[in-house]
Amino acid sequence: MPDPAIAEAPARAATGGNILQVRNLEAWYGESHILHGINFDVNAGEVVTLLGRNGAGKTTTLKSIMGIIGKRTGSVKFNNQEIIRATSDRIARMGVAFCPEERGIFSSLDVRENLMLPPVVREGGLPLDQIFELFPNLKERLNSQGTKLSGGEQQMLAIARILRTGASFLMLDEPTEGLAPVIIQQIGHTITRLKKEGFTILLVEQNFRFASTVADRYYVVEHGKIIDGFSNSELAANMDKLHTYLGV
Amino acid sequence: MQALYAQLLVGLINGSFYALLSLGLAVIFGMLNIINFAHGALYMMGAFVAYFLLNLGGINYWWALLLAPIIVGIFGMILERTMLQWLTGLDHLYGLLLTFGIALIVQGVFQNYFGSSGLPYAIPDQLRGGMNLGFMFLPIYRGWVVVFSLAVCLATWFLIEKTQLGAYLRAATENPTLVRAFGINVPRMITLTYGLGVGLAALAGVLSAPINQVRPLMGADLIIVVFAVVVIGGMGSIMGSIITGFALGVIEGLTKYFYPEASNTVVFVLMVLVLLVKPTGLTGRAA
Repeated sequence: MPDPAIAEAPARAATGGNILQVRNLEAWYGESHILHGINFDVNAGEVVTLLGRNGAGKTTTLKSIMGIIGKRTGSVKFNNQEIIRATSDRIARMGVAFCPEERGIFSSLDVRENLMLPPVVREGGLPLDQIFELFPNLKERLNSQGTKLSGGEQQMLAIARILRTGASFLMLDEPTEGLAPVIIQQIGHTITRLKKEGFTILLVEQNFRFASTVADRYYVVEHGKIIDGFSNSELAANMDKLHTYLGV
Repeated sequence: MQALYAQLLVGLINGSFYALLSLGLAVIFGMLNIINFAHGALYMMGAFVAYFLLNLGGINYWWALLLAPIIVGIFGMILERTMLQWLTGLDHLYGLLLTFGIALIVQGVFQNYFGSSGLPYAIPDQLRGGMNLGFMFLPIYRGWVVVFSLAVCLATWFLIEKTQLGAYLRAATENPTLVRAFGINVPRMITLTYGLGVGLAALAGVLSAPINQVRPLMGADLIIVVFAVVVIGGMGSIMGSIITGFALGVIEGLTKYFYPEASNTVVFVLMVLVLLVKPTGLTGRAA
């Protein structure tokens, strides 16, 4: 039976068209050169996962796309518009949303304020009733201080608040980190539902088992470069290589 | 008994100025992480702008209450854009030294042109005279200062704690990078916040002009006490600044009645005690 929240939602993107194009992306933290020429594409409606070990440059890649790394060069095109020199507020207003690894829940704001904080940047965001269908826990805790929520609830809040904004391209940085298996499963269901709604998702994950349940394609990041990439259908054939890359 | 009530009233009036000034300082510290030593000079500029508006433009007190904070607020925003914004990420000491330097320059310029003595600013006709409350005589202007200051303080608190704009401000105080990544123009918000804090100082200056006269050093005399108020209340705490401002004004007034010798130092003694017991201030949170 189709989920009503999904059935009534307008399609955000037809799968296939190129939405993000990253070419020769380099980034620095102060004097440290972190990214050494990242190249990859994300097509509309896809879930693409960046895999790699700790410190490989996955989070820095997301931050560079979002424009919150001080020094970056190369080319990042979102919907064919160059954004490498754009400020992060402008990139957000173009329809890119970022959910950071540390979740970024504000302690001075209650759950409702955290949820309503990001401004609506364009039409097509999920209305609150649909958000509460996806994350019923949040509705019950609207007046609680944001940081008083459990880790899983904070992660839900961090994802929920960017769904309101109308952004069609979501970047989720390790959404399962530190969460219990049952919550990880719930987040997996949420990502699958968002994909069906037409959201395009770029996911950073170390939890490969989780990523394999939601992703269409994978890129492997090592030492600030993309060293391999394959689709979900090629996964079985690439398992040995992948174990070597990830050291598992 | 009359003298006690009179000192209480003086305490409440001083508390009004402490509250308005420390509120501005708290807003600025919360958002910009800058200890704004220029606050006293900007308070003085508010009084001078009211004086100029009246004597050069014939613009009365009521318009000055609106225009002086806007004019001085714009001056503050220019300061923020041209100087203070470059201090982002640096140690507090740099902000303190820069704003202290700005305060000395602004005060020096005004002192050069207007000397050190006070310029008169008349109480508006509507607020002249007083009321006999039975237990004391209340000058209407002084009552107005207390009520109006309290209203402005509570309106500012409401703006910051209960509105969407305030939520942006509070969130940007915690994590400006993430707030900007949500699509909010944080640098512009910082500039406007500095303008708001400076505007509150200028408003206090206009309110003060008919009571204390308009003097280039009127802010320098007050700012040290106001910093003590902010430290006691807790840096960056909005309601803490308001309550502490009024409370310390009253405590100072009561000390003048019961033990006048200590009236100039009681605020600083309290500051030392609070710092010993609760270094983050009465309502401040640990960083």
